[in-house]
Amino acid sequence: MAERRIRHSPLAHLHLAARVVVDPGDAGARMSERPPRAQLAVRGDSGDKAFVAAFKAGLGFSPPLAANTVVTHDGLAVFWLGPSEWLLVGEVPGEQLAAALADRHHALVDVSDSRIAIGLSGPRARDVLAKLCPLDLAAPALAPGRCAGTILARGHMLLHVLAEDSYDIHVHRSFADYAWRMLEDAALEYGVAVIDGGG
Amino acid sequence: MLLIDCPWCGPRDEVEFSCGGEAHIVRPPEPANLSDAEWGDYVFMRQNRKGVHYERWCHGHGCGRWFNVARDTVSHQVLAVYAMGEAPPEV
Ligand SMILES: [Zn+2]
Repeated sequence: MAERRIRHSPLAHLHLAARVVVDPGDAGARMSERPPRAQLAVRGDSGDKAFVAAFKAGLGFSPPLAANTVVTHDGLAVFWLGPSEWLLVGEVPGEQLAAALADRHHALVDVSDSRIAIGLSGPRARDVLAKLCPLDLAAPALAPGRCAGTILARGHMLLHVLAEDSYDIHVHRSFADYAWRMLEDAALEYGVAVIDGGG
Repeated sequence: MLLIDCPWCGPRDEVEFSCGGEAHIVRPPEPANLSDAEWGDYVFMRQNRKGVHYERWCHGHGCGRWFNVARDTVSHQVLAVYAMGEAPPEV
């Protein structure tokens, strides 16, 4: 029997689409719900050269091996989560990777619906985030192109620094409502514009 | 608030970590052969030192890795960070 699956956004009840503006005007913070993306969790030993070579062959490019870095390539972002853990988001080469890693000690798990991403950008984006996150957001460790597993308010987030004033905030589905509301509350004093999250 | 130097992620705020208690406690190889007192000693008894304390921490909100920390329980100063399985450093 064919299964019918309906993708339901964990932010649907906020009716964000109805709030989307084309021109954010002078709002200090722009927020968006990113479209759902395929996600794959990869585990393996980054100290094992044969594993890293197979991982690279499966991806078609080198995975990030330095802490808190992201490699983006052709619609696929590979996040370093730990010395033996990565998260792939976007155009995930699942079968290619499974074939490449078949003879290596590894784990591949489809976690596509585990997290969603909230986009936060604008001239006061860093001020908004600084209210909720213990990291030094101005530090070189959080230059554009870097990521960090850290705290958002009382929950967990994977922070992706896209540009000086632009972030993607990956949170687990069940925290999506909490994360959005905390961010919007923090952003309120700077003015908030909800914008389109992209295709 | 502690600033803990994660061996992988660098200095991060204490709230990102969880403490796993005293380090270097070895599980007895044959628990069935122990007396209740010996098993109780392994499970419950800790040094609770004033001064240098060797303890385990996990960077749960970051890289998810466990490692050891030498911390002064009076000043809360983190004196050393070292890998799991490594002998405690002189501090
Ligand atoms: Zn870490």
